[in-house]
Amino acid sequence: MEFARLVFVIMAKDLRAELRTKEAVNASFAFAVVILVLLSFVVESNDVPLPVLGGLLWLVFAFAGTLVLNRSFAREVPNDCLDALIAAPISGAALFLGKALANFLLVLVVELVALPVFGIFYNVRWTQQFWQLMLVVVLGTWGVTVIGTVFSALTVNIRLREVMLPMLTYPMLLPALLGAMELTGSLVTGAPIGPETVTWLKLLIGFDVLFTAASVTLVEFILVG
Amino acid sequence: MREKLLYGAGLAAFLLLARNILVIADLPGEAAQGAIFKIIFFHVPAAWTAMVAATAALTLSILFLKTKDFRYDAAAVAVTEVGLAFLAANLVTGSIWGRVIWGIWWTWDVRLTSALVCWLLYAGYLMLRHAIEEPTQRATFAAVFSIFAFIDVPIVIFSIRWFRTQHPGPVFLSSTGSFPHDWTMVLLWNWVALMLLASILGAIRLGQEETQREIDYVRRMAHAL
Repeated sequence: MEFARLVFVIMAKDLRAELRTKEAVNASFAFAVVILVLLSFVVESNDVPLPVLGGLLWLVFAFAGTLVLNRSFAREVPNDCLDALIAAPISGAALFLGKALANFLLVLVVELVALPVFGIFYNVRWTQQFWQLMLVVVLGTWGVTVIGTVFSALTVNIRLREVMLPMLTYPMLLPALLGAMELTGSLVTGAPIGPETVTWLKLLIGFDVLFTAASVTLVEFILVG
Repeated sequence: MREKLLYGAGLAAFLLLARNILVIADLPGEAAQGAIFKIIFFHVPAAWTAMVAATAALTLSILFLKTKDFRYDAAAVAVTEVGLAFLAANLVTGSIWGRVIWGIWWTWDVRLTSALVCWLLYAGYLMLRHAIEEPTQRATFAAVFSIFAFIDVPIVIFSIRWFRTQHPGPVFLSSTGSFPHDWTMVLLWNWVALMLLASILGAIRLGQEETQREIDYVRRMAHAL
């Protein structure tokens, strides 16, 4: 119970700090729109198959999400807040989960705003399988944030931070992004998750569970040494 | 003593490789593929050597996190670098074979893609190390990243397998394979040679890492005075 309370405190702190400036969320959403516009020059919107558009959507989410994740630990560096957080009587796992949950909610907000924009720009009727799509968005986003938050902690104090985070996260995220792309690609055509695609759902769940466990176990080494 | 051992092992590796190349040159060409087929005697053992190196890197990284003994860290860098070189050799030889047999340098097949992603992950490991100045932090972060990379590789392979595969299936050490027994022996002997070569390269890199740490130590002493 105490652990859950600590996780909640950290999450609430991060959300409050972000909502006062909204710098990461605004930048991330603006970036998502910029990529959506740029992609329109690559794909001629009328003759692109829907599954391809589902894949492009996750590239937009991954790129835009990195902007939020980059800020997560970088925000704590000025005024030595990170040292204070590590010295505070909470476990590294609670600190990590709190931050990961806050990042998850922020990235999810950006995605849920970007999704209708995507639907309008590319004439995709994404609401046909609304709840199943939401499930995929939630699972995929958790995969992105759990890896992103760990690597955000890993890269916070190093040179070339902004370059290193995407360089390290994207190859690692490949299975999660691939699963989410495949599922989204088939869901936007109106087909529900069936025997053909359920493996991707299992992959996504397995990825999330495995890397959440690995992160919670190893994050203490990253934060404390 | 160690130097002499290295020279001895180097000589043995050279002789064994020279002998293997003569044996391989003497083999007849394969019925359908001709002489280009012989690249398999380097292509496959290079991949196996890289896999052994990745497993060694995982073990050494876990040992480092447990003991904080920097010898494990130095050994982990050494095997990762050597493994990366052998994986690169595997990718290059495969690409040359593909150009001759398939007529294309590259295809996004399961094994090719997962080998490339694997290469990118471990290249990220080396880049991460270069970006961190402080030795304890560098060793800890690199060890954590190495464990993450090792967990990721099987998931990457599993996820990409759902695309149709173009890479030839296993032909030796399997009941369905068509590889003659004496050719398997040639292949295994060449693996021994490459493993020996990898060990020598790893030992040289390990020596360099140890020298580097001594220099760091002396420099720190000089600054302290």
